[in-house]
Amino acid sequence: MIELLRSLGRWGLNTFQRLGRGHMFLVQMMAGMPSLTFRFSLVIQQLFYVGVLSVLIILISGLFVGMVLGLQGYNTLVDFGAEESLGVLVSLSLVRELGPVVTALLFAGRAGSALTAEIGLMKSTEQLSGMEMMAVDPMKRIIAPRFLAGLISMPLLAAIFSAVGIFGAFLIGHGLLGVDDGAFWSQMQAKTDWYEDILNGVIKSIVFGFVVTWIALFEGYDATPTSEGVGRATTRTVVHSAFAILGLDFVLTALMFGDI
Amino acid sequence: MNSKRSTEILVGLFVAAGIAALFVLAMKVSNLGDFTDDKGYEVVANFQNIGGLKPRSPVTMAGVRVGRVTGISLDPDTYDARVTINIYRQYDNIPVDTSASIFTAGLLGEQYISLSPGADDFYLEDGDVIDLTQPAVVLEQVIGQFLYSTAEGD
Repeated sequence: MIELLRSLGRWGLNTFQRLGRGHMFLVQMMAGMPSLTFRFSLVIQQLFYVGVLSVLIILISGLFVGMVLGLQGYNTLVDFGAEESLGVLVSLSLVRELGPVVTALLFAGRAGSALTAEIGLMKSTEQLSGMEMMAVDPMKRIIAPRFLAGLISMPLLAAIFSAVGIFGAFLIGHGLLGVDDGAFWSQMQAKTDWYEDILNGVIKSIVFGFVVTWIALFEGYDATPTSEGVGRATTRTVVHSAFAILGLDFVLTALMFGDI
Repeated sequence: MNSKRSTEILVGLFVAAGIAALFVLAMKVSNLGDFTDDKGYEVVANFQNIGGLKPRSPVTMAGVRVGRVTGISLDPDTYDARVTINIYRQYDNIPVDTSASIFTAGLLGEQYISLSPGADDFYLEDGDVIDLTQPAVVLEQVIGQFLYSTAEGD
């Protein structure tokens, strides 16, 4: 009985310690931000690994998600004779929800896990402590550029995802199913608002980018410096990011569109 | 050095593609394209009942969209609905005695304001009030009246 309580207490302490370390890490990372203005080439290099290499998966997933939405939406709407509303259905669901959320989930799997593994390996091969020995702050040299790159790429990737998805839905809706293209676009434009829908989607994607990159970098930095520890940290990145994205998405949706 | 150059070019392409996607969303998907041309002028119409009219509902004349609803409020003195309408600048020759009615697109579709032109020589200007209005038809009222009249006929 006492042992059970003790293990519960240990678990609680560990969790809170990790949370605390995570926030300390965030503060240190933020403190490393200003020095990036002098070394922006580091950020560009990371933008390549985090952003450019994720474009292909985003393009393909966006296209297929849009095509599926077009097909399924058409099948439902045609029963009510409202297949012209397909554009609205697709644009609102992509711009508000699927764009930011699916992009963030893919981003966590594609870029987040790579960041964790990279930093975890740097830690286990003692490259990070080596840098500290040379009076190079790894927070400024390694962590901060990756964080900024993640923060910049997420909204861009989400915008690409939504745009390609709408194009995919248009291909299916107009090309395959014969929805009138004028009605498709005009209904979409009449119902999709720049501030309400698109900017809120962009805000969502920035928040997700922040959280996913933070989790990925912290898990790598906090990983047990063994090959097993790095593997577990990578898994945790993907799992925790998915939880954080879906939970935050509910909160943000309630705040933005819930009229509370 | 060469690989750094290609990295930078690819990053530039990526950022440009992201911004282009946002631009496409803004112009092609959302209604932002409507706002980029001139703001037009605002007129006010008082309705007894606006039904399901909402801000941003379309305002049409002969079926052509000439503007949109920008604001709805309740007049504290007359208890009428005060609807502010923004009319695009190119339609600056709408007569003063134009009447406004609220119609429904389709049986259950969204509601819009339809303007039917009068014959006056003076044109509506910013801040003018449209006096001739016809309230929205509420389906329940129509059915109620119909039932009442058929019951009386018996």
